[in-house]
Amino acid sequence: MRISYREAMRQALREALANDARVFLMGEDVGRYGGSYAVSKGLLEEFGPERIRDTPLSELGFVGAGVGAALGGMRPIVEVMTVNFSLLALDQVVNSASLLRHMSGGQCSVPMVLRMATGAGRQLAAQHSHSLENWYAHIPGIRVLAPATVADARGMLAPALADPDPVVIFEHAQLYNLEDDLLDDWRCDIARAAVRRPGTRASVFAYGGCLPKALQAAEELAASGIDVEVVDLRVLRPLDIDTIAESVRRTHRAVVVDEGWRSGSLAAEVIARIAETCFYDLDAPPARVCSEEVPIPYAKHLEDAALPQPAKIVAAVKELLNV
Amino acid sequence: MTRARKPAAGALATPPCTSRPADAKPFPLTQPPPKRARKAGRAPGAAEPAERPLELRLLADMLRIRRMEEKCAELYGAGKIRGFLHLYIGEEACATGAMHALAAGDNVVATYREHGHALLRGVAMDAIMAEMFGKAAGCSRGRGGSMHLFDVSRRFYGGNAIVGGGLPLAVGLALADRLQGVCRVTACVFGEGAMAEGAFHESINLAALWQLPVLFCCENNLYAMGTALARSESQTDLCAKAASYRVASFRADGMDVRAVFDTVSRAAQQVREGGGPAFVELQTYRFRAHSMFDPDLYRDKAEIEQWKQRGPIHSFSAQLKAEGSLTEELFLALDAEAEAEVAAAIAFAEQAPWEPVADLLKDVHTPAAADERGAR
Ligand SMILES: Cc1ncc(C[n+]2csc(CCOP(=O)(O)OP(=O)(O)O)c2C)c(N)n1
Ligand SMILES: [Mg+2]
Repeated sequence: MRISYREAMRQALREALANDARVFLMGEDVGRYGGSYAVSKGLLEEFGPERIRDTPLSELGFVGAGVGAALGGMRPIVEVMTVNFSLLALDQVVNSASLLRHMSGGQCSVPMVLRMATGAGRQLAAQHSHSLENWYAHIPGIRVLAPATVADARGMLAPALADPDPVVIFEHAQLYNLEDDLLDDWRCDIARAAVRRPGTRASVFAYGGCLPKALQAAEELAASGIDVEVVDLRVLRPLDIDTIAESVRRTHRAVVVDEGWRSGSLAAEVIARIAETCFYDLDAPPARVCSEEVPIPYAKHLEDAALPQPAKIVAAVKELLNV
Repeated sequence: MTRARKPAAGALATPPCTSRPADAKPFPLTQPPPKRARKAGRAPGAAEPAERPLELRLLADMLRIRRMEEKCAELYGAGKIRGFLHLYIGEEACATGAMHALAAGDNVVATYREHGHALLRGVAMDAIMAEMFGKAAGCSRGRGGSMHLFDVSRRFYGGNAIVGGGLPLAVGLALADRLQGVCRVTACVFGEGAMAEGAFHESINLAALWQLPVLFCCENNLYAMGTALARSESQTDLCAKAASYRVASFRADGMDVRAVFDTVSRAAQQVREGGGPAFVELQTYRFRAHSMFDPDLYRDKAEIEQWKQRGPIHSFSAQLKAEGSLTEELFLALDAEAEAEVAAAIAFAEQAPWEPVADLLKDVHTPAAADERGAR
């Protein structure tokens, strides 16, 4: 059945709400408005206002309330409109959710799922377009996921809710309209990266909104006779270094694509891990395609220029291969 | 002082709190001190702690906090306790009156100045002291220290050292209870300094909007580190702030343990009966510096001395003596009992083993098998 990423996410939410009375969804405009990206449209009518809970504009307050509700035995799914706004709640993620278990000597867990949109590409300018996944991927005690396919949009929520610790899910805003056939086999292992396209000459690692770009680049490269592997990182913390290293050992070249800024990026971490793990398998220095180090601009041509694009990925691969 | 509250327009209907949890009985004397300690200082004829009248339990608990913290200061000087240590000396009537006013099944979320609250919620003094020593037998396995005492089995959800950080958690705990049909109060304790944080305003608004059973308990000791209330707040009437969220507001003399007990009892009762959140301001004063690093240069020595005249322990014992319910002999016996408990706790902490460094990474994540949190 062909459905959108948005619809897949909604199915996952509906299933979670229907299967477990402890699950509820809370966030700004998740109810009556239908979700700022229409993900939760219709759920208020189905599950009522106690479980599809509209909140005031209080990111710190309601993300912290999610942490408290998780401590109190619920399985909250907390939605923040975008990663930029999540900074107002970062305190509760970094100073409560992620560390309560350790700081209490193992007495409690925080089984909360925090969902948010991320990423650029819609000319929303600098305060609505950033990719700060690496900020969250830096924090011990949480798991960070980036579904990039319709199947993962459908399949990641259930295991995230089953995880007894906090899980942050980044939904790239450019993906919501992505459509694909949802096969029966959408269940997801949230410990493993996924090879999306096998190949031999180089490994292109990407996640979230950059995965379709990497796949497009792979198509273009294939047209000129260069067969590359595309790996969807999809679990940003803890990184699945086994899958990453296996791929590098097959292809001996690595390009990491990341919509975050280059300095201190997730791409930097992936490359460091590759260097630590399989340095001698590399035939060339690893390369990165990241966002330019500029706040994401409004004008379309500038925004396009700031972001990783298929052409930049193609060029990076060709440079690695000296072609 | 009480202000009437009307439910906010558009608030979700609150299911009335009909069923009381089995454990919602008045809070008995928290944790009987260990046997050896009780024996050591008991005056001939003094009653078992749990059988004493409330007044004596309040006095005894203030003494337990005071004696424990005095030793903490010494142990800090001796290098046994390190890090930040925030003493509560002078403020004991607040925790004592408030914790006694709660039921055993209620939730408490506290700050870094929480030794007394933890103790009176029933965390053993041994475990508190061991935590401050950083030992594995500490109530947070030595991971937390003075600022992060936890005992989830007693529904004590921590010492939170982010000013205002515990308030959203309290809202969430209360929301979880509401969604699960559990009737209990979640009390969060914080200083007046926290009322300048966005977290306070966001939390009290959410609690009022959703009519959640949260008791906001503000210990107004007039200073946030070195910043006096009037230097940080345009509106220094704290009850007025809470009332502006349509939350019932109460104020009590935080140096008078009976007043605190009565006021918090009334506020908690209202919350328990489904009246939505309540706010209590306890007007108090800390006699010591903010923390062990604070040279205390921002207030007059005379001001401190003036407040000390109203010290909660001696003023309450003087009252009880005047009323004929306390003798000097009994006071000394209670005091000796507290000192013996402290001595035993220190001895326990001293000999307790350290957590092996091999366990450093323990408890960052929940083990796969322990999918459900254990301590409910
Ligand atoms: C968010 C945050 N900002 C600053 C601090 C540093 N700090 C610790 S305690 C404190 C004063 C808080 O005063 P108050 O809330 O009145 O509580 P009190 O210490 O008087 O009990 C400050 C500024 C902190 N821990 N957290
Ligand atoms: Mg203060």
